[in-house]
Amino acid sequence: MASAAIPAHPATERTNYLTNGFSVKSWLLTTDHKRIAVLYLISITLFFFLGGFFAMLIRLELLTPASDLMHTDTYNKAFTMHGMIMVFFFLIPVVPATLGNFLVPLMIGAKDLAFPRINLLSWYLYVLGGILITHCMLTGGVDTGWTFYTPFSTAFTNTKIIEAGLAAFVAGFSSIFTGLNFIVTIHRMRAPGLTWNRLPLFIWANYATSLIMILGTPVVAITIVLVAVERLFHLGIFDPRLGGDPLLFQHLFWFYSHPAVYIMILPSMGIISELITAFSRKRVFGYNFVALSSVAIAVIGFLVWAHHMFVAGISLYAAMVFSFLTFFVGVPSAIKVFNWTATLYRGSISYATPMLYAFGFIGLFTIGGLTGLFLATLGIDVHVTDTYFVVAHFHYVMVGGVLMGFLGGLHFWWPKISGRLYPEGWAKLSALFVFVGFNLTFFPQFILGYLGMPRRYADYSHMPEFQVLNVLSTAGSSVLAVGYLLPMIYFVWSLRYGPLADANPWAAAGLEWKTASPPPTFNFDETPVVTWEAYNYDEIELKEQKEVAVG
Amino acid sequence: MADSHATAVETAAHNPALLHHFADEQQQKDAASLGMWLFLVTEIMFFGGMFCAYLVYRVAHFNAFAAGSQQLSIGLGAFNTAVLLVSSLTVVLAVNAAQRGKRKQLVVYLVLTVVLGLTFLGVKAVEYAEKFEKHHVPGASFAFTESFDDNGKHIPVNPKEAELFFSLYFAMTGMHALHMIIGCGLFAGLAVLAWKGHYTPGYYTPIENAGLYWHLVDIIWIYLFPLLYLISRHS
Amino acid sequence: MSEHAASRTFYVALGISLLVLTAVTVFAAFVNLGPFNPVVALLIATIKATLVVLFFMHVKGASEKMTGAVVVSGFFFLAILLALAMADYLTRAWR
Repeated sequence: MASAAIPAHPATERTNYLTNGFSVKSWLLTTDHKRIAVLYLISITLFFFLGGFFAMLIRLELLTPASDLMHTDTYNKAFTMHGMIMVFFFLIPVVPATLGNFLVPLMIGAKDLAFPRINLLSWYLYVLGGILITHCMLTGGVDTGWTFYTPFSTAFTNTKIIEAGLAAFVAGFSSIFTGLNFIVTIHRMRAPGLTWNRLPLFIWANYATSLIMILGTPVVAITIVLVAVERLFHLGIFDPRLGGDPLLFQHLFWFYSHPAVYIMILPSMGIISELITAFSRKRVFGYNFVALSSVAIAVIGFLVWAHHMFVAGISLYAAMVFSFLTFFVGVPSAIKVFNWTATLYRGSISYATPMLYAFGFIGLFTIGGLTGLFLATLGIDVHVTDTYFVVAHFHYVMVGGVLMGFLGGLHFWWPKISGRLYPEGWAKLSALFVFVGFNLTFFPQFILGYLGMPRRYADYSHMPEFQVLNVLSTAGSSVLAVGYLLPMIYFVWSLRYGPLADANPWAAAGLEWKTASPPPTFNFDETPVVTWEAYNYDEIELKEQKEVAVG
Repeated sequence: MADSHATAVETAAHNPALLHHFADEQQQKDAASLGMWLFLVTEIMFFGGMFCAYLVYRVAHFNAFAAGSQQLSIGLGAFNTAVLLVSSLTVVLAVNAAQRGKRKQLVVYLVLTVVLGLTFLGVKAVEYAEKFEKHHVPGASFAFTESFDDNGKHIPVNPKEAELFFSLYFAMTGMHALHMIIGCGLFAGLAVLAWKGHYTPGYYTPIENAGLYWHLVDIIWIYLFPLLYLISRHS
Repeated sequence: MSEHAASRTFYVALGISLLVLTAVTVFAAFVNLGPFNPVVALLIATIKATLVVLFFMHVKGASEKMTGAVVVSGFFFLAILLALAMADYLTRAWR
């Protein structure tokens, strides 16, 4: 009956989502979530290397105390572009839009996301935002930092605020649509039997992320609009000359932009939960706590934003409340770290590349998170605000956390995405490069910041004693760059020369491994019915032992 | 499983609007509804940023806000509120007509909604024009000589702070008007499609979702009216 | 069909009561209630909004059970924004 009614794809086993059409149109007008994920992967990689280029410019400038590589104004534009591209065009979309897009329907046994065309629209919005920011960069750039603080952004600078703001606005709507799509899909499209407490933790993490995208992004969107109308029409919402308050801009901006760091880290935490359990061959310790801690981070994340404004002139009482609440974010984050390490206990651990990244994540995220608690402490924050201590802290979370998680996840699911295995030796080498390079780059910055080196300065010639640590940091960044270029090369190489992957090369649990690699266009030939708990590695091991015994 | 798949294919044959990746019509309908409501939440937060600014500045500069508010026309504001409420009624009647499969009624209610929406925008234009004449538009030519009439006492206000009130007035009503314009375009398009018979009692999700959007824009105005027009009006 | 007819009468009645509430809010604005003027105005606005959400937007009796939770969470997070921002503005030693 079914095959008679749909003659369009009879040979489902032969064609997969990659071979289902080769024309450019079949990619650019696709509504297949897996193809859109690949489109995202390509465009986001592009912006990652663009943002990385600016990072290298910054590090090269800081190699010497004097501002000799570029003019200080150019330096301002370089770190603004680095921040804007990395935040809006890399960190926020990187995991949800690529791995999330690819895996959410697969992991819940659905044929596609709930709104495939909106999904495609969100990619086009991302590209439009990317074109805007690139155009802005090529025609003069912005010098406010990625935070657009008023009144500098509204009344003083003559750089291209409105175009950069529009780019962030458009990219914001791209992420709103992704979040909306995920929430509806996770609520409405789960396979029969896949109850909430059987969902993979990656799904929980993306669900929590989507909540923040929906609730937070519109606030920063209107804030950007208000900055734009202040520049264009002189509506002085944040104008101190009219009795407006520039700090209100910071309130509204951070109401989104602080939860936005959880948009970045939560999906990576979801990946780590998957990796740890898969490579320990053991059900994750305290499933419910890990799942709910994602939602807790999302909710508590909305209560802490003003810790970015402790020295900006907010009320001391409010600062105490925000400091207190900030410590609470540490609780669900620590729950995750403790549960991951407890999962390792008495597991059969294998040290494949994804697991190396997972170990890196746990260590680096813990450092990043703990230094975040230092910064939440009012007294210490006054001392280190706007120093390299803050820079090192958030790079430990963003790069050591988000990027490590993303790379781990990309290696883990690469066989599913491409149908090929990557070269394990090279991958381990690059994981080592990333870990060593990262720490060499950013650990000296903790010390620099604690000694008082301020961020966002091209010139530190009045404190030449900082040069040694800066040279170390720059050296580390080149090691890190090699660590990032290597995967790019061997992933592309593996597309052609990598050994073919079977459906489940890691013998992992999860619905995504029960369909072919790469999956067919509609994911599953038959909608799966789930009768087992998440991460049932005990049962899988038992089954394998029986098969061995019988064989 | 094979059974449900077969029924899904059968319903697909019945309803060309059912997309392949949904199991059945109910799932598709619920997904569309949930998606629309989540979008409405983003709209609430979008306007929420401006409501936050309003709250902060009203508390800080109450006299200027009251004086500015007293310069707005209650008559036009109340009339526009009524227009929007009636348009919400026509929207809900349009959804009702779609449920019953009454094509002509549906088109009439959709067109009525557009007409009411345009009426609202017309009145808004009249109000904006008056602001230009009275130099109440923020910018270089802004002037504010009026004082806050508090129970017959005339309290002078800082014109700069009044400019802040009008900045918010234009930002909030302007963003609302932009949503009205989008809504009018949306309903005009729906009216054309409804005339061509695109919607049946089995499939009218676009009418329902556009209706939800329209109601939300109405609700925002329900709050904007007292917050902007009715500050300290008693004597 | 009669059910639909009844609901139409109900919608019209609801529309009329919304208009009446608008008249009430304008009237109340001209009565000196001291600090309660804005409270009354916002209370009436909230009653109107609730009526629209429940009946015009069909949250009451919706087949999609999540709708109520979605609406409430939207307003909840808006309340967080307003409350914590005001926590700063109302307690500043300088103003």
